[in-house]
Amino acid sequence: MNAEPNSYRTGPDEFGHFGIFGGRYVAETLMPLILEVEQAYEAAKADPSFQAELDDFLTHYVGRPSPLYFAERLTEEFGGAKIYFKRDELNHTGAHKINNCMGQILLARRMGKKRIIAETGAGQHGVATATVCARFGLECVVYMGATDIERQAPNVFRMKLLGAKVVPVTSGTATLKDAMNDALRDWVSNVEDTYYLIGTVAGPHPYPAMVRDFQAVIGTETREQMLDAEGRLPDSLVACIGGGSNAMGLFYPFLDDADVRIIGVEAAGHGIESGEHAASLTGGRPGVLHGNRTYLLQDDDGQILDAHSISAGLDYPGIGPEHSWLNDSGRVEYVSVRDDEALESFQLCSRLEGIIPALEPSHALAHVGKIAPDLPADHLMVMNMCGRGDKDVFTVAGALGVKL
Amino acid sequence: MSRGTTSGRIEARFAALREAGRAAFVPFIMAADPDYATSLEILKGMPEAGADLIEIGVMYSDPMADGPAIQAAGLRAKAGGARVTKTLDMVRDFRKTNDTTPIILMGYYNPVYIYGVEKFLTDARDAGVDGLIVVDLPPEEDSELCLPALDAGMHFIRLATPTTDDERIPAVLANTSGFVYYVAVAGITGTKSADTSTIHAAVTRLKNHTELPVAVGFGIKTPEQAQKVAEVADAAVVGSAIVQTIADNLTPEGKATPELVEKVLDFTRQLSGGVHGASRQAAE
Repeated sequence: MNAEPNSYRTGPDEFGHFGIFGGRYVAETLMPLILEVEQAYEAAKADPSFQAELDDFLTHYVGRPSPLYFAERLTEEFGGAKIYFKRDELNHTGAHKINNCMGQILLARRMGKKRIIAETGAGQHGVATATVCARFGLECVVYMGATDIERQAPNVFRMKLLGAKVVPVTSGTATLKDAMNDALRDWVSNVEDTYYLIGTVAGPHPYPAMVRDFQAVIGTETREQMLDAEGRLPDSLVACIGGGSNAMGLFYPFLDDADVRIIGVEAAGHGIESGEHAASLTGGRPGVLHGNRTYLLQDDDGQILDAHSISAGLDYPGIGPEHSWLNDSGRVEYVSVRDDEALESFQLCSRLEGIIPALEPSHALAHVGKIAPDLPADHLMVMNMCGRGDKDVFTVAGALGVKL
Repeated sequence: MSRGTTSGRIEARFAALREAGRAAFVPFIMAADPDYATSLEILKGMPEAGADLIEIGVMYSDPMADGPAIQAAGLRAKAGGARVTKTLDMVRDFRKTNDTTPIILMGYYNPVYIYGVEKFLTDARDAGVDGLIVVDLPPEEDSELCLPALDAGMHFIRLATPTTDDERIPAVLANTSGFVYYVAVAGITGTKSADTSTIHAAVTRLKNHTELPVAVGFGIKTPEQAQKVAEVADAAVVGSAIVQTIADNLTPEGKATPELVEKVLDFTRQLSGGVHGASRQAAE
């Protein structure tokens, strides 16, 4: 393991690197554009009126702060650690995605951009982007894999209701990574008026840091709320990871609290050994894709492999570069959970807490169920309930053999 | 900065062209599209069909700067067994009968990174590769491959684009060698085309900053367009239109038809004819 840094919160460096990860691996055509985004973001960060405007929208439009909720019945069920949910599924549009979209749309407005593009897998980021575009009257184009469009029909219709154009992506393997490729192709082709609103803590610098900053409201609130509720910080944090934005948002404000154990949960799909999974850290190796160096699922020729997860939101062959760095530096533990384990937790949480979780945090909950029983009753554990499961009822019904 | 001794083929070729007062024609094909043998046959026929330099695409699963034609070529190449090692094999085979036509590999960074930068540079040099164009390595990431390549005597040909403003040009040109590749449109390969006056202005702007030859590509599809570009630039690159000719001469099962190679070389001849017939007004 590397020598422990003084702080885990100083990254990235001016070149966008978290250790060897991150960076700006983009075509020259895009380079001036991402430099422009970086400059605009730095200026916005230093401008109190930007944060004030964002805070106002987060309060009155998104519905922040989200509650920190003591999950009493699951705590009893597991019979160990005291389990809290950070309820980001209660946000407008039903997931944490809107935190980032609200921040970036205000930035795009400051930059004078008129046209917003985004990629989406399950459609949650697409819906959140379409939502803020509708709110501010900006043109919205969402790239979505053709197969995802088929299996996420309700979200596609939502985006259209919100006035967005949904473009089916048939290139490559027609999945989220290809949607991101096509969004980048769009950006290269529409350099004058277009802003690319990336939905996770990946992509070229400054996106991983910027999206993390906009999501860090999750962890900042959790800190205060836990101090109010228990008079001390939590002992552990658990969050699911696809690209990793909800996890980065929860983890980041706690990275320098050495006593807080931090665990990220990747999607193991049918099991790591099956080769059909989305666990980049557990089953991948460092490479370069979508503008950054990070752990990737790939073959020995450097070709990117398809990810698999029952949760479309975790179905991505990469992970944010800061997670790769936190993994290699040992600050955060990364584990993985299979489709069937997540499905079980999905049902358990619905039955015991009256909360239908999204399949993504169902992965985190499955891991909570594995470790909580062995921890003492005074162990405070926070799990990020980053999305609600309404979008997943068809998938879950299908997996359980129920015809709707 | 130390720079290794290059193969000299690119320098020699542009010097000869300058002497002859004409522009270079640079075709692009994807290695192993639609299969290794067919692709090698096309490659071997290209110099006779008027190719002055040749770009060979290295297949990558996620070619974010490429349009539909080259994306499809990549998928065919993958089915045809393309790998970095096979691409180097192809260059090695080509060099058995041709030691003068410069070969430039074009692609994305990850396959090179996974192969191993030092090993790749050694193997590529040994195979007879003269230069690299790596789309997703801007000057900001020069330490990854650009500087090691220059040390190893491998040309690193940078892309300049319509979004490269005057402030960035010196950085873009600083570690560029062999020639500069001007991407004529802000966009992906094989889609939009730029008009000649815009290209002329861009080439002139670059030439104010560099002595290197300036090649122009993206959106050149016909012999007429190639000729117009050759009037104002040192080289014209055609990729998508050539790989589309490959796509147009496949069986329904995606195999090469018997006439594929000749069709591709015929089209190459038409394109090179356009370039070589251009009356030069390139800014010197």
